[in-house]
Amino acid sequence: MIEVKNLSKHFGEKVAVDDISFTVEKGEVLGFLGPNGAGKSTTMRMVTGYLPPSAGSISVGGADILDDEIAAKSKIGYLPENAPLYSDMSVEDFLRFSAEMRRVPESEIEAAIDKAIETCFLQRVRHQSVDTLSKGFRHRTCLAQSIIHDPEVLILDEPTDGLDPNQKHEVRNLIKRMGETKAIIFSTHILEEVEASCSRAIIIDRGKIIADGTPDQLKAKAMNAGAVIFNATGLAATGVRQELEKLPEVRAVNVLESGDNGITARVLPNKGKDKALPEAIFKLAVARGLTIHELRVEEGRLDELFREITRTDMED
Amino acid sequence: MEATIALLLHFAIPTVIVSAIFIAILLFALPREVRTIFKRELKAYFNSPIAYVCVVIFLLISNGITFWFGSLLEGGEASLYMSYFQYLPWYFVVVAPAVGMRLWSEEQRLGTMELMLTMPIAPWHAIVGKYLAAAIVLFAMLVLSFPIVWVINYLGKPDNGVIMAGFVATFFTALCFLAVTSVVSAFTRSQIVALLISIGLCLLLWLGGLQPVSAAVSSLKGGWLVFWPALKFINIIGVLPHFMELAKGVLGFRDIVFFLTFIAFCLFSTAVVLRVKRA
Repeated sequence: MIEVKNLSKHFGEKVAVDDISFTVEKGEVLGFLGPNGAGKSTTMRMVTGYLPPSAGSISVGGADILDDEIAAKSKIGYLPENAPLYSDMSVEDFLRFSAEMRRVPESEIEAAIDKAIETCFLQRVRHQSVDTLSKGFRHRTCLAQSIIHDPEVLILDEPTDGLDPNQKHEVRNLIKRMGETKAIIFSTHILEEVEASCSRAIIIDRGKIIADGTPDQLKAKAMNAGAVIFNATGLAATGVRQELEKLPEVRAVNVLESGDNGITARVLPNKGKDKALPEAIFKLAVARGLTIHELRVEEGRLDELFREITRTDMED
Repeated sequence: MEATIALLLHFAIPTVIVSAIFIAILLFALPREVRTIFKRELKAYFNSPIAYVCVVIFLLISNGITFWFGSLLEGGEASLYMSYFQYLPWYFVVVAPAVGMRLWSEEQRLGTMELMLTMPIAPWHAIVGKYLAAAIVLFAMLVLSFPIVWVINYLGKPDNGVIMAGFVATFFTALCFLAVTSVVSAFTRSQIVALLISIGLCLLLWLGGLQPVSAAVSSLKGGWLVFWPALKFINIIGVLPHFMELAKGVLGFRDIVFFLTFIAFCLFSTAVVLRVKRA
């Protein structure tokens, strides 16, 4: 549905987006991750046709965003950052305006408004003026605008920004549900959001894609992925540590807590040995007569990976 | 009785016809998107105090000045040319920018431009739709000026054709000022900045065609000649001579073409500015 090839954007000397390529198919939810100023919003603005690219091509549903602008734009629903709205309109009027602009057939407009209002939980503020809305309602009004024409492609720039935890939860579920029949790109810097609703995630830093995969694949790349947390008593910590380090599966042992009669440690596997590691530790403990209190494989966390690979930005 | 018939014949009927033509164009010749934007913008004008404030202030000043400074009553002449139309375009130097300042600066300040320009429309749909809505506000001001026409018809027997021509000329002039404001508002997100710069440019545009400017152009000598192109340009695009021709009741093809070309050029420039700002 969305095909981005070698996309770049320069603002004068500054390179905001540097040679990015990716595709999103129908039924996929792509999460855009990255620190502030990484180029997420700029990329989304180019995909929606707001900013002209400096180089590269974008096609949405087979239509080129530059050559066949109107056809491409009519397939897209877009929630810009900060959810802009015309403050002089009521929620309902604004949605009617959006529906007309998005070419919803005259006879279906009222039904489309009702549906969008219901989907985004706006019943309570339906006739209220936009400039009297709270931030959460403003955000959802703008979200309603983006789905009013039931688009094939949805582009959402920080859709959960400024929402309370319940609303965040609702919006994530909504995205996940809509993702079954649409191609969706959304940006966020909340990592649990990616795990909750994305089928794929891309991490962008300084205009470049630095990681691309399913949330599970990305988590596996994290430094501590496959590590085993091990807590046992029955032997002095130093002894257990030495025994652990002798195992062929073990690369390193980080002691988290140590005592005369026990240890808590994070045991890191050697390359390719992560599957065999828990068993080896278990057998060792049995052989030495240790009492195991905890033996657990760490999943690797998206925020760790995120911090590892975008860390350089902080050091600048 | 006679005055009433004259008013009907020269003002009410032409106004209704012009409005009907305008509405017909909007409904049948322009795309649905332009209509949608036009409707939204018009509602926005009349939902906010700005249109009312502009209309009321304009009517108070334009009528007040006619009686005090224009000496309508002392002039002893059943005409509005000297007392009314001589001043009328001056108000629009301020009023047209005041009405038009929000056109694109408001969109940029609210961020709604990003919504507007990612909808499946061509940019000119938005530019024309917004411009027409602001033009209607200016049109309403002129329509609401009718009491002055009634007064002059009550007092004497003016040439109502000439008075109508004065209104037509003023409207075209105001449309030019509005078009300039449209370009300026595309540059900035601040309405005040748009207002002040537009007033300055409209003043230049209004006075640029004056005789002293033409004289200055032809009397340039030596090193001052570097200013020739700029001065000549201002002189050529000056609105005043075209206004005078039209207001005299000479419905000149040349002047109408000048006004329409100027407006079209400004609206096109608005599109260029909006495009360049995003690139």
